[in-house]
Amino acid sequence: MNSQILGVVVMFVATLLLAVPLGRYIAKVYGGQRVWTDGIFNPIERLFFKASRIDPGIEMGWKQSLVALLTINLIWFLWAVFCLLNQSWLPMNPDHNPNMTPDLAINTAISFLVNCNLQQYSGETGVSYFSQVFGLMFLQFASAGTGMAAAAVVFNALKDRTTDKLGNFYNYFLRSCTRILLPICILIAAIHLFEGTPMTFKGIDTVTSVQGDTMHVSRGPVAAFVAIKHLGTNGGGFFGANSAHPFENPTYLSNIVQMVAQILIPFAMVFAFGFYCNKKRLAWVFWGVMTLGFLILVVPAIITEVHGNPYIAHMGISQPGGNMEGKEVRFGAVASAFWSIATTVISTGSVNAMHDSFMPVSGMNMLLGMMINSFYGGVGVGFLNFFIYVILAVFIGGLMVGRTPEFEGKKIEAREMKIAMIIALFHPFLILSFTALACYFTAHDTNMGWWFADAAGKHNAGGWLNNPSYHGFSEMLYQYTSSSANNGSGFEGLADNNPFWNISTGIVLLFSRFLPIIGPVAIAGLMAGKKFIPASGGTLKTDTGTFGLLVFAVKVIIAALAFFPALALGPIAEWMKTP
Amino acid sequence: MKRNRKEGLFKGELVADAIKQSFVKLNPKYQFRSPVMFTVEIGTFVMMFVCAWILAGEKSQGSFTYNFLIFLILLATLLFANFAEALAEARGKAQAASLRKTREDTPAKKVELVGNMYLNEVHVVSSSELVKGDVFICETGDIVPTDGEIIEGIATIDESAITGESAPVVRESGGDKSSVTGGTKVLSDKIKVKVTTSPGESFLDKMIALVEGASRQKTPNEIALTILLAGFTLVFIIVCITLQPFASYAKTPIPISAYISLFVCLIPTTIGGLLSAIGISGMDRALRANVIAKSGKAVETAGDLDVLLLDKTGTITIGNRKATNFYPAKGVDKDRLIKCAVLSSMADETPEGKSIIELGGINPQSLQVDNPTFIKFTAETRSSGIDFGNTQIRKGAFDAMKNKVEKADNLFPAGTIEDVKKISSNGGTPLVVLENNVVLGVIELQDIIKTGIFERFERLRKMGVKTVMVTGDNPLTAKYIAEKAGVDDYIAEAKPEDKMAYIRKEQATGKLVAMMGDGTNDAPALAQADVGVAMNSGTAAAKEAGNMVDLDNDPTKLIEIVEIGKQLLMTRGTLTTFSIANDVAKYFAIVPALFITSIPVLQKINIMNLHSPSSAILSAIIFNAIIIPMLIPLALKGVAYKPIGASALLRRNLLVYGLGGILVPFIGIKLIDMVVAIWM
Repeated sequence: MNSQILGVVVMFVATLLLAVPLGRYIAKVYGGQRVWTDGIFNPIERLFFKASRIDPGIEMGWKQSLVALLTINLIWFLWAVFCLLNQSWLPMNPDHNPNMTPDLAINTAISFLVNCNLQQYSGETGVSYFSQVFGLMFLQFASAGTGMAAAAVVFNALKDRTTDKLGNFYNYFLRSCTRILLPICILIAAIHLFEGTPMTFKGIDTVTSVQGDTMHVSRGPVAAFVAIKHLGTNGGGFFGANSAHPFENPTYLSNIVQMVAQILIPFAMVFAFGFYCNKKRLAWVFWGVMTLGFLILVVPAIITEVHGNPYIAHMGISQPGGNMEGKEVRFGAVASAFWSIATTVISTGSVNAMHDSFMPVSGMNMLLGMMINSFYGGVGVGFLNFFIYVILAVFIGGLMVGRTPEFEGKKIEAREMKIAMIIALFHPFLILSFTALACYFTAHDTNMGWWFADAAGKHNAGGWLNNPSYHGFSEMLYQYTSSSANNGSGFEGLADNNPFWNISTGIVLLFSRFLPIIGPVAIAGLMAGKKFIPASGGTLKTDTGTFGLLVFAVKVIIAALAFFPALALGPIAEWMKTP
Repeated sequence: MKRNRKEGLFKGELVADAIKQSFVKLNPKYQFRSPVMFTVEIGTFVMMFVCAWILAGEKSQGSFTYNFLIFLILLATLLFANFAEALAEARGKAQAASLRKTREDTPAKKVELVGNMYLNEVHVVSSSELVKGDVFICETGDIVPTDGEIIEGIATIDESAITGESAPVVRESGGDKSSVTGGTKVLSDKIKVKVTTSPGESFLDKMIALVEGASRQKTPNEIALTILLAGFTLVFIIVCITLQPFASYAKTPIPISAYISLFVCLIPTTIGGLLSAIGISGMDRALRANVIAKSGKAVETAGDLDVLLLDKTGTITIGNRKATNFYPAKGVDKDRLIKCAVLSSMADETPEGKSIIELGGINPQSLQVDNPTFIKFTAETRSSGIDFGNTQIRKGAFDAMKNKVEKADNLFPAGTIEDVKKISSNGGTPLVVLENNVVLGVIELQDIIKTGIFERFERLRKMGVKTVMVTGDNPLTAKYIAEKAGVDDYIAEAKPEDKMAYIRKEQATGKLVAMMGDGTNDAPALAQADVGVAMNSGTAAAKEAGNMVDLDNDPTKLIEIVEIGKQLLMTRGTLTTFSIANDVAKYFAIVPALFITSIPVLQKINIMNLHSPSSAILSAIIFNAIIIPMLIPLALKGVAYKPIGASALLRRNLLVYGLGGILVPFIGIKLIDMVVAIWM
């Protein structure tokens, strides 16, 4: 067990050691400074800009940046829907997988567009290689790049000056993909190749087992897919079993690499902010707040999983490996628990174990990670979510030192507060109101008609739950929480591939992706246009532990406590019931 | 006025008035101004209907007594919040009324205007009939009927009714001290005054409007805070509404009273209820400091000030220079120098002249002088003195005296030149004394820095406020005094435009600047400054340009104004923190209470071990209600500001109001529950 714990500590420290220099590199990329990759990427980028007739030198305001962001996202969405609806006749479909139904295609396209990767299909049978590579994998790059570019706009806006020119969005986006995501992905994919992950465009392989049975083994361009899946905190698996699948995550080493890959950029973006705006201490305070939250969630999860399942213990069965139900033996309880919390605090949502089978405390902590959604958070967007809480904390803290609130020399006034409050409100609103809707139908066992049919063809809403009582409630709560956090992991057990869940989660996904990007960019853009006020002895210092604690408290009280009644009916009740 | 500062918060008549107002303010139209309290009012109405419903025979909502109790507690919550606001208003109004009393109807001797000519005929009219532009006359013993500017004459005036200062002041036409205030009394002479404000538009009237709830405009920061609180309220509306389907899934019936209680407990009622009281009492504190703010925003801005421009004379140094030393020239007897210095100052009425006599220690009357001719100081000669017999004594500025000596072909002694330089570099002013064009020596005049001013600047520095001294002195003297007084910067040989330029320069770097002034030539700078405090004795133009008027004409008032502003913002911040931190305990009181009957295992999260679900809910909302009146004194007096630096202040306030806000309700709710349990 000790070596397992050592394993996760090494993972964490390794990520931190890599993230700091990466942060410096990212800051240089966005700042337009010379970096060692210039020689390779300058000509490639020029080609892109020439073809698209974009002048990367033209600076945009925050509104223009958002218009650009939303426009290209809309086009990508249409493209992905086209791929999924026509994959049966498009090339690269050796296994002859059929077209998706429209509701599933829309849900899938939205889900990959918004960096969520909620998958209500299985990769082996649901999509062709064409869709995987040109539809989904493309979106995994593009959505990560979008989040990072939006964060870059915010970084630019938070510099100590007054301006309405915040750089060129397209330039930030392209550079995020080419200079940051691509090189690291190639490295990750190469490691996976050595570990045994397939990289082929051939269809299903048929092998004869030792016992003489015939087995059909799905394969495909998995190594390339897995790299961006984690680096871009996307989390959509190539196979249905995601990172628990032996091809997708073959060894303990590949597990470490995937783990590091998904935490790497969320860490690095915080440091990049510090380097870019020359506020390194502040960046460390932010990182410290995030880490404090992460540790509070991950430590109890690891402890409970290591202790094993009390119900099994009651049966007199010893559990030397801890609670191993739904977990892979090659990863063990500790690394699986660590992964489950990491993948939920960060919006990856890839899984290497069955979240449904974790102990209630772990399940609650996964939910909390997504409810707060900014203890690291997804690439780029994690920082943006965090920024909203910083604004709220600055407002309260600023007043407490006897000044009208300001952050980094810019006043926070009614307009910024309005936007920050709407964004902070929206997350609990989406999660609670949609879960309430699902609960209503379940409680009344409503006949859902076209919206839902279970395996037996019955339309009763109660049929979508696999487990009754508290655990069933957690399943529904988890589904919408995962959607609203753009996380994409599933608690599983819920019958979710049907119009009701596809459409409702699709709506949640769209709102919860774009509003939390628009809001922070708007706030930062408004702040950038304000007069810069140099700090004095009376100014609230944000790069201190006290301020960090205030941010932490604001997050816990606003984000976590709003869900307390809901959690009490789900994981808390289940936890209290466990002997 | 100053007596009032020490008065208790809960004066009988004020409280009676406030209680009456608390009921009047229940009007939903009025409550709508505060989103938090408005939702509480809706909740109260809902509980009223629930009570009626139960009386009509409904069985599922629990007993009538219990529901009626909840209705009463919610009503009390509203009344407490209203009471806080009403009390703050009443205090502000009482303060303003005592100022206003001084200017109630007084007879005014109005002068009629015919064409462009003022007739000398005088009509006695009521002061309320005077409008802007009218001219009236005040003679010895008259009460000045309204605010105005002297256009003719000079008078001594007793302003004690406004400032509390008993020493009479001189006001005359033309200068920077041409303004008279309604309610003050003319002690001597006769002045002709032009009315500068119409009835109901004086600064005092404006101030009264600012402390009256109905017409009070919310300040920008108050609006932003209201948005934050409205946001919280919305979050909890969502939490409570969605709880219904959750509970129905969990097969746990929850009565309406529990939803309403959970909701009212969670929304920030404490700060929501006290917010307007905090704002009003901020204005009130300014008024108590004898400062009339023209807007709430000005008081708020005062908390943000980065730079204070202070006039040297009157603020940093006591008004006048004093003689501190005699330096005889080589070969001159010191007593002779002193004697001549005293003689030259015999007729000198200036404070400097008087201080020379004082320092000399000789009574000038005892010196025998025949037929003296006194020479007055003029800007050309830059000297003054006395002629008698064949003797001619002069004292004056160094270069003027040097010219005079050299013209008479006498030598200016090198030792005296050294003395002159030494005095200048020590921040003093040298006065050279001549007898028949022969140098006798130098008198040193020094600025006397006010006692305690160094500590006040130190305090300002800790607040993060930079102080700038403005003076007409030469740079050498200015630098010396600046260092001695502890100001951060100085403007020497300042002209009014220099102030303006300095303000613009600081503002360009994003700083907020305050200044105090009284002259018409100060008006542009007063208008340019973020906080411009005009002295009440100043000209109408200055008072019009600034956004505050100081009735005491006290230049150090700026420092108090900054603290009032900071206190206002801090009180808002700390009570918001306290209010939000309270939610932790309230969740732990109510959430188990909601579900315990159907999910008994949740008893484990009843960490306060409250008696029963209904006692838990009652205790939580009782705590929620009574915390409001308990915090009224804090809201009205304001959180004490300590200049210990922003980080230390944040730590301290987070500890007291943040951690305190988490712990206090745990204790409070538990105690209330123990009492409530007796009846349950």
